[in-house]
Amino acid sequence: MMEFLHADMAPVMFVGLIVFLLMGFSVAFSLAACGLFFGYLGVEIGLLPASLMQALPLRIFGIMANETLLAIPFFTFMGLILERSGMAEDLLDTIGQLFGPIRGGLAYAVILVGAMLAATTGVVAASVISMGLISLPIMLRYGYDRRVASGVIAASGTLAQIIPPSLVLIILADQLGRSVGDLYKGAFIPGFVLTGLYIAYVLIVTMWRPAWAPALPREARSIREDDGTPGLRSLGLLFVVSVAVALAFAKTRPATMATDEVIVLSMLVGVGLAFVLAVLNKLLRLKLLSRMAERVTFVLIPPLALIFLVLGTIFLGVATPTEGGAMGATGALIMAFARRRLSLKLMRQAMDSTMKLSSFVVFILLGSTVFSLAFQGVDGQKWVEHLLTGLPGGQLGFLIVVNLLIFFLAFFLDFFELSFIVIPMIGPVAEKLGIDLVWFGVLLAVNMQTSFMHPPFGFALFYLRSVAPTDDYTDRVTKQPIPRVTTEQIYWGAVPFVAIQVIMVGLIIAFPNLVSGGLARKGDLDVTNIRIDAPPPKDSKEMDAGRLMGVDPAASAPAGEDPMEAVRRVLEQDKNRK
Amino acid sequence: MSTLLKLSRWIDRLSEFVGRWVAWLVLAAVLISAANAVVRKAFDMSSNAFLEIQWYLFAAVFLLAAGYTMLRQEHVRIDVLLHRFARRTQVKIEIFGIVVFLFPFVVAVVNLAWPLVVRSYVSGEMSSNAGGLIRWPVFALLPLGFGLLGLQGISELIKRIAFLKGLAADPAIKVQAKTAEEELAEAIRARAEGAKR
Repeated sequence: MMEFLHADMAPVMFVGLIVFLLMGFSVAFSLAACGLFFGYLGVEIGLLPASLMQALPLRIFGIMANETLLAIPFFTFMGLILERSGMAEDLLDTIGQLFGPIRGGLAYAVILVGAMLAATTGVVAASVISMGLISLPIMLRYGYDRRVASGVIAASGTLAQIIPPSLVLIILADQLGRSVGDLYKGAFIPGFVLTGLYIAYVLIVTMWRPAWAPALPREARSIREDDGTPGLRSLGLLFVVSVAVALAFAKTRPATMATDEVIVLSMLVGVGLAFVLAVLNKLLRLKLLSRMAERVTFVLIPPLALIFLVLGTIFLGVATPTEGGAMGATGALIMAFARRRLSLKLMRQAMDSTMKLSSFVVFILLGSTVFSLAFQGVDGQKWVEHLLTGLPGGQLGFLIVVNLLIFFLAFFLDFFELSFIVIPMIGPVAEKLGIDLVWFGVLLAVNMQTSFMHPPFGFALFYLRSVAPTDDYTDRVTKQPIPRVTTEQIYWGAVPFVAIQVIMVGLIIAFPNLVSGGLARKGDLDVTNIRIDAPPPKDSKEMDAGRLMGVDPAASAPAGEDPMEAVRRVLEQDKNRK
Repeated sequence: MSTLLKLSRWIDRLSEFVGRWVAWLVLAAVLISAANAVVRKAFDMSSNAFLEIQWYLFAAVFLLAAGYTMLRQEHVRIDVLLHRFARRTQVKIEIFGIVVFLFPFVVAVVNLAWPLVVRSYVSGEMSSNAGGLIRWPVFALLPLGFGLLGLQGISELIKRIAFLKGLAADPAIKVQAKTAEEELAEAIRARAEGAKR
């Protein structure tokens, strides 16, 4: 028995982890208990040094001082304030009216608004609830297929997970030891491609089964001119003029400027022009712009301003993601205040929810830190590495197995748990295999998005269920009876989008440049390159901890050293100084 | 048992109190960080004290609120098997979790962190960054937060034992009336109603 434990502690511990977690007690404490149990067991049988757990407080201090994690409360708080500011409702209403009269129009509107909300903050629940309450009744009223309607809404809500700024990317960046800014840049194009795939799906539905996503009658549009025309020509003209000016501006930029910088600035110029024109039109009563053009411009300004404030400043390198989150949260507060939606009650609630989320998320991280301390001690990392590098097919084999694993685990675990438990195990292996960790992080983020859509535990489905009609009702406008939306319809609606997600994972593996396109470093999988760019993650964390304890970082950890050793040495040094 | 239940209510009130006030630190951190970012860019001024106070505040938020989060039952769990069991079995598992998982974690962290806190207090250790803050208050948050968490664990334990003995209501019934999501849904519905009238 003893010999078996000595030789196979890592797999035993891994099985122990699964048992501890499945018991159903809070993940954070189960993880910690698993780490402590096997840690002390290892010490007891002489497998681990008695000082093993001494490193724990240092690691926790390292987590407390981690500036990246600060972005979590900031973006959460921003989302909670913003969701109550009425911005999402205005967007859904206006864009819905704009696209409504074309076939599948409401579905397109939901997807586009979903993407836009995703780019301002990253709260899946808020998007799904807003769409479920505003767009779903209209879709049902005009005879959308229930599966298509609910699938589009649930999936569009989950775009918040992949389009920056999203919490998943922050946590993945932290766990993989890459910068949040790089992951944001890397996820941008995949986010848009994914949005495009959703739109393509709706397009296919409208061609294959036109009755599933009908066009709305013209009366459904309440924003129109006095003579009853929709006023689209004026909107089109405004759009063309703004885009032309933005493009012209982009041409005048010096060629040395980074591409993302040019895009951000040009968009700012184009949007700014449209805004100025709309304001002039309104103030001077010029009547040059139609009501629709004016309305669309005004409704787009708040989210675009926030996107610039957060993503723009991050991409331009003006602000760190943490600062961007704080500025976005402040911007959301100002916006909610300006719209008179800010109350003490709302503030308290947003702070309360943010605090609870921060606490449970960081505690999962604390628990997983205890676990990984013991797991590394018993050479668990080597065991995992051995398992995963021995796969046939090298990099590709590894990617396929890991993605299948995440896909199936996503049925049971949410992305916090996946990021804190699974990523620390597979991240180092990916790096060993020469995989760019920024690319890898984005790939996993797309995959983990499915955890929101998997029946029956997917959060997006859960929130949609909570707001979709559970009883038959009579529509307010048409006075027609509308049957309830069944849970089964919601589940089936999600299936095509889970398939799209899998396709997207395949696309990213097949075309790595999708991720790296926005980065200065083109997606080469060259190991030497990666080494230069960033020190191994574990190391830098220990250095932080060392610095925290007042130990000279230069003396504390030469690059490439085993982090455990580093911590032990920090402690030694401390003892010596006494 | 009634004395214990009194103790449990007292702990719940303490956690509630801590949660209510610590929540404001979220707002403080947001505003300080935003102001710091703007000032840094606009006036090219930067202060390590302001940078450090941000993570001091964040550490205070997630550590001190751990007990409150437990009171609200928001420490996430994996529900795959648990929801298949009878309610009494679930409560028994929770009791097991509190005693065997939570308490050792709390005791271990407090024990390991305490000497470091004392040492940094005695030595008056400062941040190694110029103009940085004194260290012991933030280190002290660790045993303090875990202490509060442990206390809440005791309260939850009492409530669950009382429930099994038929002396108290089901502790799983959430203390808070509405979640943020429910409030959002309600607000949107209310506005939709208002618009139609």
